[in-house]
Amino acid sequence: MNYPKVLKIIETRNETSDIKTIMFEYPEDITPGQFFMIWIPNIDEIPMSVSFIDKKIKGITFKRIGDATNALFKLKAGDKMGVRGPYGNGFKINGQRILFVAGGTGIAMIAPSVEKAINKEIKTNVLIGAKNKSELFFENRIKKYGAELFVSTDDGSQGYKGFVTDLAKEKISNNKFDQVLTCGPELMMKKLFELSQNISFQASLERYMKCGFGICGQCCVGKGLRVCKEGPVFNEKTLKNIEDFGVFKRDASGRKIKF
Amino acid sequence: MDKDAGSIERVFNSGAGAIVTKSIGLKPRNGFPNPTVIELEHGILNAIGLPNPGIDNFKEELLKLKKLNIPVIGSIFGSDYKEFVTLAEKMQNYGVNALELNLSCPHAKGYGLEIGCDPNLVKEITFKVKKSTKIPVFVKISPNLANITEVAKSAEEGNADGIVAINTVKAMKIDLELQMPVLSNKIGGYSGNAVKPIGIRCVYEISKNIDIPIIGVGGITTGKDAIEYFMAGASAVQVGSAIYYRGLDVFKKICDEIKIWMKHHEYNNLSDLIGAAHK
Ligand SMILES: Cc1cc2nc3c(=O)[nH]c(=O)nc-3n(C[C@H](O)[C@H](O)[C@H](O)COP(=O)(O)OP(=O)(O)OC[C@H]3O[C@@H](n4cnc5c(N)ncnc54)[C@H](O)[C@@H]3O)c2cc1C
Ligand SMILES: Cc1cc2nc3c(=O)[nH]c(=O)nc-3n(C[C@H](O)[C@H](O)[C@H](O)COP(=O)(O)O)c2cc1C
Ligand code: FES
Repeated sequence: MNYPKVLKIIETRNETSDIKTIMFEYPEDITPGQFFMIWIPNIDEIPMSVSFIDKKIKGITFKRIGDATNALFKLKAGDKMGVRGPYGNGFKINGQRILFVAGGTGIAMIAPSVEKAINKEIKTNVLIGAKNKSELFFENRIKKYGAELFVSTDDGSQGYKGFVTDLAKEKISNNKFDQVLTCGPELMMKKLFELSQNISFQASLERYMKCGFGICGQCCVGKGLRVCKEGPVFNEKTLKNIEDFGVFKRDASGRKIKF
Repeated sequence: MDKDAGSIERVFNSGAGAIVTKSIGLKPRNGFPNPTVIELEHGILNAIGLPNPGIDNFKEELLKLKKLNIPVIGSIFGSDYKEFVTLAEKMQNYGVNALELNLSCPHAKGYGLEIGCDPNLVKEITFKVKKSTKIPVFVKISPNLANITEVAKSAEEGNADGIVAINTVKAMKIDLELQMPVLSNKIGGYSGNAVKPIGIRCVYEISKNIDIPIIGVGGITTGKDAIEYFMAGASAVQVGSAIYYRGLDVFKKICDEIKIWMKHHEYNNLSDLIGAAHK
């Protein structure tokens, strides 16, 4: 049922000075790319992708940017929060060789997706990009699991200096990928979509969410596609027809905001 | 699914005869913080707080729909008749086919039910909107009223073309673990199948006392639910929460189920069923 289950946080981990992971017991099946609605009592309820998947234990990893994420950042083991979901569809992972591209907090949901691909014995290349070294996380986790990892930072403080899409361009022209799967800033994903041409492509979109279960209409893109229900992951055929993709999102009132 | 042109087009293509927009006001409004919508055992509880982009931003969505020839009922909310008239005139200019005055939202301060409980205000607002527009005007009223027939009558006296009943039922959910209301606004409106008997009673009572048509809404999930509303006195119905319970093709399903029921019971005209329970 779409009602928040109030539970106690088991463990928290600081990934960087602004990025944190919260672990909690939630024994539901979940696919990488699906998300929860996380209720921080008296503050807000916000969508968060699953970043750790274990049979019983699940995790979310987030950056503090505003009221809700700052309040969430302050929570410790033993504190209570509400969780409902999982919501949305998640990535469809298949083929012989996959390129994952993550930007910013998109890395959070890419990590369990990479693990799923490797479990399926798919050759997996991962590109992660961030503004600078201090915003990078999960590099060791991804490498240890057996993916081939490349890092870029806008300022060159770690790995390739420049945009992750420049790195992606090079990889795509030198390799044959069956799928390109991505999560990150929408303009980055849009650029990647153009670069991927006729490779099978899936991107995970973020839109303002209220209900999370397809009834309020807040998160719609294109011709009434609910990001919380038919998304957040869309494939190339659908993305081609979503005029919003890489152009605008909507704020809580429904007003268009250009990217 | 009623906020932007794309969504409205999708709902229309799923078999709805017309689409009522999200209630639109003069200025953009974010609504209340989350949690704003949750599911309970027998229905949906919401206090979204009238979020909307404002009439001027909504114009582009309406113009798109006009081009597609999709029948649209523009829902509007204001704090006095002046706001309602401005909104109504703009809606009409942007091409809507009819207007619905939201005098019944149960959770927004200074709007909706706070105005819609006063028969004099209801009459004044309806009258002024009717005078300044040419399209049909429906007045949506609340079940949270002791004087529901009086309010419906005052809308009729204000020259309304129809009554829409009901909006959501005032309700609350308290979480046992946190010992606090779940919705940020604390009080919300209940919808879905649980409120159907309340809607049926309201439509029945109103239709005994007024002569203009009634549009029934509240918990309609199946064709039989719609037929029950027709028998109570409704001439048409609206469907909201059932989109969640049965998917977007609920509109087509309900229409098919109405046809099957009528065939089974040897009815050729839906109009023969309207008000059948008032014997
Ligand atoms: C499906 C999905 C999965 C997400 N997964 C992650 C994740 O794994 N890690 C992570 O760090 N972030 C994730 N986000 C983004 C996260 O929800 C926002 O960062 C968070 O809501 C910001 O809230 P705030 O109050 O701290 O910031 P605010 O200052 O209130 O807002 C900052 C930004 O966050 C957006 N935002 C605020 N409330 C919502 C809401 N209810 N729905 C959607 N966006 C909102 C605003 O539009 C604004 O652009 C995800 C978003 C979506 C839609
Ligand atoms: C999420 C949600 C948003 C709603 N928004 C509006 C609104 O903007 N204006 C309005 O008049 N009614 C609104 N309603 C009320 C519905 O139009 C309808 O009157 C009520 O939900 C009962 O019908 P149902 O059981 O078919 O949902 C909303 C209901 C829900 C669940
Ligand atoms: S968040 Fe309500 S429909 Fe997607």
